[in-house]
Amino acid sequence: MITLNHYLLLSAILFCIGLYGALSKKNAIAILICIELMLNAVNINLVAFTKFLTPGDLTGQIFAIFVIVVAACEIAVGLAIIIAIYRDRSSVDVENLDWLKW
Amino acid sequence: MAINFSLIIPEMLVAGLALLVMIISLLVPKDQKRGLAYFTVFGLIGVLVVLYFMLDAQGTLFNGMYIVDPFGSFMKILIVLSSIMAIMLGVEYVEKFITGFLGEFCFFVVFATLGMITLVSAGDFITLYVALELMTISFIILVGFGKHIFRASEAAIKYLLLSALSSGVLLYGLTLVYGAAKTTSINGVMEYIAQGETAPILVLGIIFMISGFGFKISAVPFHMWTPDVYEGAPTPVTALLSVASKGAAFGVLFRVFMHALPGNQELWMPIIIVLTVLTIVLGNFVAIPQKNIKRMLAFSGVAQAGYILLGLIAFSTVGVSAALFYAMIYVFCNMGAFGVIIAFSQAGGGDEVQDYNGLWKRSPFLAAVMLASLLSLAGIPPLAGFFGKFQLFKAIMEQGYVWIVFVALGMSMVSVYYYLLVAKAMYFKDPHEDSPIKVSLPIQVTLLAITLITLFLGIYPTPLTNLATQVAKTFF
Repeated sequence: MITLNHYLLLSAILFCIGLYGALSKKNAIAILICIELMLNAVNINLVAFTKFLTPGDLTGQIFAIFVIVVAACEIAVGLAIIIAIYRDRSSVDVENLDWLKW
Repeated sequence: MAINFSLIIPEMLVAGLALLVMIISLLVPKDQKRGLAYFTVFGLIGVLVVLYFMLDAQGTLFNGMYIVDPFGSFMKILIVLSSIMAIMLGVEYVEKFITGFLGEFCFFVVFATLGMITLVSAGDFITLYVALELMTISFIILVGFGKHIFRASEAAIKYLLLSALSSGVLLYGLTLVYGAAKTTSINGVMEYIAQGETAPILVLGIIFMISGFGFKISAVPFHMWTPDVYEGAPTPVTALLSVASKGAAFGVLFRVFMHALPGNQELWMPIIIVLTVLTIVLGNFVAIPQKNIKRMLAFSGVAQAGYILLGLIAFSTVGVSAALFYAMIYVFCNMGAFGVIIAFSQAGGGDEVQDYNGLWKRSPFLAAVMLASLLSLAGIPPLAGFFGKFQLFKAIMEQGYVWIVFVALGMSMVSVYYYLLVAKAMYFKDPHEDSPIKVSLPIQVTLLAITLITLFLGIYPTPLTNLATQVAKTFF
């Protein structure tokens, strides 16, 4: 029997993988994908809570839809900026983003 | 249920203005957009007037998803004011350095304003998240839209990646709180916590939320994006980012922590205290070795965020009113400083502190405004910053945190040092060139108004303190 805890564990693992990837990857696009993983962990959380804790009340699922929409906007802007950067320096490695430095 | 639309007139006006500006900017020829910018300014002044008359309005809309109260209206006035000043100061800068994109500048500023004023009124996690992202995405575009400016796209990608990461963390925290309280509304969370239960999942959620909000207000250790983004972004955008987005983030932070989570204060207060002390100490010390004036102001902004957080630690009417007062003062001081940087770089000057050598001889007006703003940020009487800091320290002292007062006081003396380094360069060193700097009329008017307000509030702060005290009663 799959309970709420299984879902929460899955989402926690997914969130940690996303966070680790976002902090360790070099490629800007890979970082965006990892952030997407973190947001998906959030969505699993929301949908699982709605199903198990508040059956009949759909607030969590609606929240998940909002998260998906906003994440899509963020990715669109992100890819546009990545293209602008690629035209400047022919690379999207975050390690090369060192023109602004202390 | 009938919806009282009169409560959200300012939001509707701003949204309408944004769309109107967007459409008009498509119709106007590329080189004649200055009128559009002034039209935007007049529209925002209209919103400001409406907000002023709505200061006492109170109520909720859409089943509690949207809260209108004096606190929110005060923050909205602060935000709209800074947007107006950013456009006034930025028109010629954008025309000169990002030619042909003045229309985009105007409507993205208005969209960001819409996001920020919705954010401070959010009564539900869904509203909060959507408003936060509307603000952040508009700001990302504003930071990166001058892609021919050296380093703007790098600043934009850094801001985007880090802010997306932080909103992911914030969202995870929000879902955990939702899981514990079984509701996303701020009032519902307050009622749940008042029952006295503390689930581990709630504690985890609060910690995630603190780190998410900490990023937005650029508290140490979540401040690493600030200097890079402030340096790389076009200066008018930096000015807006440093006051308005920080003000809005403080608004929502205060609302969530004072409205929804006062029941388990003992849980999150230690974290906030550690963050505040770290922010004040590190912000001030790291500002000292900075050579670039925008970077220096970024770190000084980090430190100022720490001072405003003191109002949350005090957790009293006096504390909140002092924080509100200080946030308002901070808008004027910072806008003054950035306005001088904008005017100076328009005249061909660089952003390094040594470029400001002998500014006094080239333009006494700019040097005087810069000096007044920096001294006010440092908290030297009779300028407004002094009274703001004094009130914050008094509020903290009343709660018995004497050691924090000593740390903050010592650090504000450190801050005098690096602010005066700029003053020394302006007044005591010889300029590289002697040509006088011409300052255009809109910038002159704005800077003059900012300086006069800073002086006036330093000598006679009573009207603003009374207002802030009255507004702070929302929470208690």
